[in-house]
Amino acid sequence: MPDLSAYRFTKTHEWVREEGTGEAVVGITDHAQAQLGDVIFLELPKVGASVGAGTRFGAVESVKAASDLYSPVSGEVIAVNPDVSASPELVNQDPHGKGWLIRLRVAGDLPSDLLDSAAYDSFAQADSH
Amino acid sequence: MSEGIKTVPLDAAHRARGGQMVPFAGYSMPLHYGSIRGEHLAVRERAGLFDVSHMGEVNVTGPGALDFLERLVTNDVSKLISGRALYTVMCHPDGGIVDDLLVYRDEVGYLCVVNAARHDVDLDWMRQSLSGYDALISDVSPETVLLAVQGPQAKQIVQSLSLGEKLDSIRYYHHRFGELAGVPVRISRTGYTGEDGFELYANAADAERLWSALLEAGEPQGLIPAGLGARDTLRLEAGFRLYGQDIDEAADPLSAGLGWVVKPTKGPFVGSEALAAIAAAPPRTFIGMQLGPREIPRHGHAIYQGSKRVGEVTSGSFGFTVGAGLAMGYVEPASAAPGTELRIQLRVDPPQWAEAPVVALPFYKRPEI
Repeated sequence: MPDLSAYRFTKTHEWVREEGTGEAVVGITDHAQAQLGDVIFLELPKVGASVGAGTRFGAVESVKAASDLYSPVSGEVIAVNPDVSASPELVNQDPHGKGWLIRLRVAGDLPSDLLDSAAYDSFAQADSH
Repeated sequence: MSEGIKTVPLDAAHRARGGQMVPFAGYSMPLHYGSIRGEHLAVRERAGLFDVSHMGEVNVTGPGALDFLERLVTNDVSKLISGRALYTVMCHPDGGIVDDLLVYRDEVGYLCVVNAARHDVDLDWMRQSLSGYDALISDVSPETVLLAVQGPQAKQIVQSLSLGEKLDSIRYYHHRFGELAGVPVRISRTGYTGEDGFELYANAADAERLWSALLEAGEPQGLIPAGLGARDTLRLEAGFRLYGQDIDEAADPLSAGLGWVVKPTKGPFVGSEALAAIAAAPPRTFIGMQLGPREIPRHGHAIYQGSKRVGEVTSGSFGFTVGAGLAMGYVEPASAAPGTELRIQLRVDPPQWAEAPVVALPFYKRPEI
């Protein structure tokens, strides 16, 4: 497992990583990709769109199910990962790295209800039973 | 893991290969070993090895075995000669499908291969139906392992483990007893993927030996283990029905497009009267629909023609070889002709629709060699 100490997690199985410049990267968790199975395609917002913490910003469609994506933070989309539309399997292979989804210019602070890695792990384990 | 979940003899082997184990029909089974897409494409382009030991195997023997099976199933078992296999269904008196199954005939008797999820129900049903017949039913599922080698390279791989015997002589829907890597095996030229291949029945005690020998022999040809996820997308492309989704006790074989396994001329069988009545006016028709590459239909989605709801999707997923969302399901007979412009409601809130023209099944047919 990669070092996830800089990541924060939602109970809807997204992660956010602050980049220290008022920017943050968002993706889905390893637990989420394992539950979804092979990702077929992603529906992602366009650059310039604004997203709100806890609101839907897109969807991931896998061989098993369609699942909505919720943003961990509020902000403006400044980049969408170009590689995941051509190779959606990156989300399965490297969900915390090359399989990132969007980059945001963060508005305000990170919500206080986000989980750290250990708290998310116990939540995800309980969630899958 | 939940209580009461059974394991297959190769459980440890699957875990060692990175199999993601999921509960399926009461068994812990490998869903995939890393990628459903990769396993699907391996089967289409090279070869895949499936463990489907959750399937149920039931021997039917004795002087009355043929008469019993002729009464029990809809297809004509009297035409089944030793060395051949037959696909059929067995029905309730009202024509509802109890299960779909393969029946093999050999020199000793018959082997019925049934769905894992229906195994207990089937056994009860068969035992109830047995009265008056001089036949014996014996469940050999626990001691049987069933491996499927599927794909264009399957024949070469299985052949390389067989000393002397030419597998070419086992034609589609034929079987023979032989030996592979020193393991006694019923070698059957059948499958559930739309590719050429073999289903191999062996004693559970030999499971590891057969599994390892196949993986080793197939490695140069690109054989990889494949799980239930790929099995489902492969069978969908091939247009095969899945019990519990496409067919069930509320479905009859005629509406399900399985009329070719119903033989009214063979004489009375369980469900024959009901099926004769249904044949006059089947209430619904089983069809295939092809969507776009970014539209994935799911079991339970509603099917519309114009503003009228005409049916429901029973199987839906993405076809990795076809490159499109694929659906099978039932519609009103008037909406079933290939080319009919149907729509599937992918999402209710917010509403999302996909054009879903009716296409002839199967979605995928392997190239002629």
